[in-house]
Amino acid sequence: MKRFVAKHLLFLLLTLFAVSFLVFTLNEFSPGAVARKILGAYATQEQVDLLTKQMGLNRPVLVRYVDYLGALASGDLGYSTRFKAPVRDVIFRHLANTALLAAIAFACIVPLSTLLGVVAGMREASRLDRAILMFSTVIASIPEFALGVFLASVFVVWLGWLPGTATLVAGGGWSVAAQLVLPVAVIVLFDAGYVVSMIRASMVEVMQRPYIRTAVLKGLPFRSVILRHALRNAMLTPVTIIMLQINYLIAGVVVVETVFAYPGFGRMILEAALFKDIALIEAGALVAVFLAVVTNILGDLAYMLLDPRIRA
Amino acid sequence: MSTPIAAGTLSRPTPAAARARVMRRWRRRLAALGESTPATVGIVIVLAWVTLALLAPLIAPYPPNANDMTALAHTTPSRAHWLGTDHLGRDILSRILWGARPVLVIAPLAVLGAAALGSLLGLAAGYYGRWVDLVITRVCDIVLSFPVIILYMIILAHFGSSAWNIIGVLTLTKAPIIARIVRGMTLDLREREYVAAAKMRGESPLYIMLVEILPNARGPLVVDMCLRTGYNVIIIGALGFLGIGLPPPDPDWGGMVKDTYGMMMVWPHMALFPCAAISSLVVGFNLLAVGLRELGLRD
Repeated sequence: MKRFVAKHLLFLLLTLFAVSFLVFTLNEFSPGAVARKILGAYATQEQVDLLTKQMGLNRPVLVRYVDYLGALASGDLGYSTRFKAPVRDVIFRHLANTALLAAIAFACIVPLSTLLGVVAGMREASRLDRAILMFSTVIASIPEFALGVFLASVFVVWLGWLPGTATLVAGGGWSVAAQLVLPVAVIVLFDAGYVVSMIRASMVEVMQRPYIRTAVLKGLPFRSVILRHALRNAMLTPVTIIMLQINYLIAGVVVVETVFAYPGFGRMILEAALFKDIALIEAGALVAVFLAVVTNILGDLAYMLLDPRIRA
Repeated sequence: MSTPIAAGTLSRPTPAAARARVMRRWRRRLAALGESTPATVGIVIVLAWVTLALLAPLIAPYPPNANDMTALAHTTPSRAHWLGTDHLGRDILSRILWGARPVLVIAPLAVLGAAALGSLLGLAAGYYGRWVDLVITRVCDIVLSFPVIILYMIILAHFGSSAWNIIGVLTLTKAPIIARIVRGMTLDLREREYVAAAKMRGESPLYIMLVEILPNARGPLVVDMCLRTGYNVIIIGALGFLGIGLPPPDPDWGGMVKDTYGMMMVWPHMALFPCAAISSLVVGFNLLAVGLRELGLRD
């Protein structure tokens, strides 16, 4: 257990170093580029040169990278030129918004896809299984923005039941709760399609094991075979996949956020990238990778806790 | 010419016989595909889009970027414009037909690139083991742990987006997944007798990897490539929707939605039709993948 944690923490550090170095060199390799991005396209070359010298950008890229790491270590993430605020505050605000969306979506995805996946996988190739498999395949095939447009055209344009944007400002007569319905629905549908097929595949595999046949032949009711014998083993592989969804829910939902104008983390990075807001891009990338690796580790941990065979 | 037939077929089949055998094998495979309903539906959808894309210059009623100013007063579907026009008076049907072309070139090309790069990495990692394996696996893990859409945003916003840049980032981010699959299979396959035999014959490692191991790993690889193609179509659409996809004005499904979804309260058709187009294409690829997997499991 101690070795496991140590190994993964080492990998986390290694990944953070690799990514921070890559993003840093990508953005700041040529000294003039940074000053140019800060001053904008209309600054004269002299102004750019002056700022480059003032900021010490004409030093070798490695020296600047070490400086940057030092600033990071002291908690200084820089200043966002896009949002005109310290990067730390900007990231925290958007991350909190996304966490709200992700938490609601996650709370819907896990029970929904477990139920559908188990029900489909317990009798392979039955009519119910085929129906669920087809439904999840088709739903997972529709891009998020298309799903958003389809749902919005029904519930916003046609029926007028829900608002088409989720800016989290309770204006226009719509509560925040009503605003969250469509973004959550799009995320849940798109993501659950994938998770259902994973849980189903695992369940199908477990149902073919000899001990399930024994339990059935012993005369146990089908219900208790599923709930007490199959379920736990069938959730072993998917639990890692489910944990990986947290990563998608936080960093991958930029498309959904854009459809509904939701002020979340993904859209913040998109705006930073388009605006060439270097400090925000660098810090945002680090936060995204940190979350990704941590959810990965949590997935492995959950797997270890569920499976006594590899509990070291 | 009269070559001794018995000796010829045993050591080296004639080109005609070999071709006939390949043809037979393919016919058998196609017949097998027909047995699976999802695979059949998937193939029909994908082939329909390929045909429409190929014929776009002939069947599109208008040039994709031509503005019909007279249509602006009445943009909804009509006899002149079957699917209506967009906010700039461009015929939506023509733009959807033309928009199928870049997607159907970029998505498969990126998958092929990822398959080539990923197979090489996976083969090397699985075959050599030790530090080669360690380095390749770690690098792949790092790339895989990065939320890809954020990577795309940073790279494409930095280098600008063109078809080649999109193919590049899709190749680089998908290769590790393929590498992981191929590595797993190589670990298993390298212990087989025919690999040992090839080693004893003195074949080079490259020959063993490409000729002895890779062909035996192709089953899961083909299914995965099919899924990746559908997934790439989604990403290309998403990039277009986010405004970092193929540059305007040439039609691109994601870009068409981006330009018009803000007007959905008034003209929902402008965004709905391109959304339906991209969804149907991805459904086609994914159904095909489901069907292929079923067929693979059956034998």
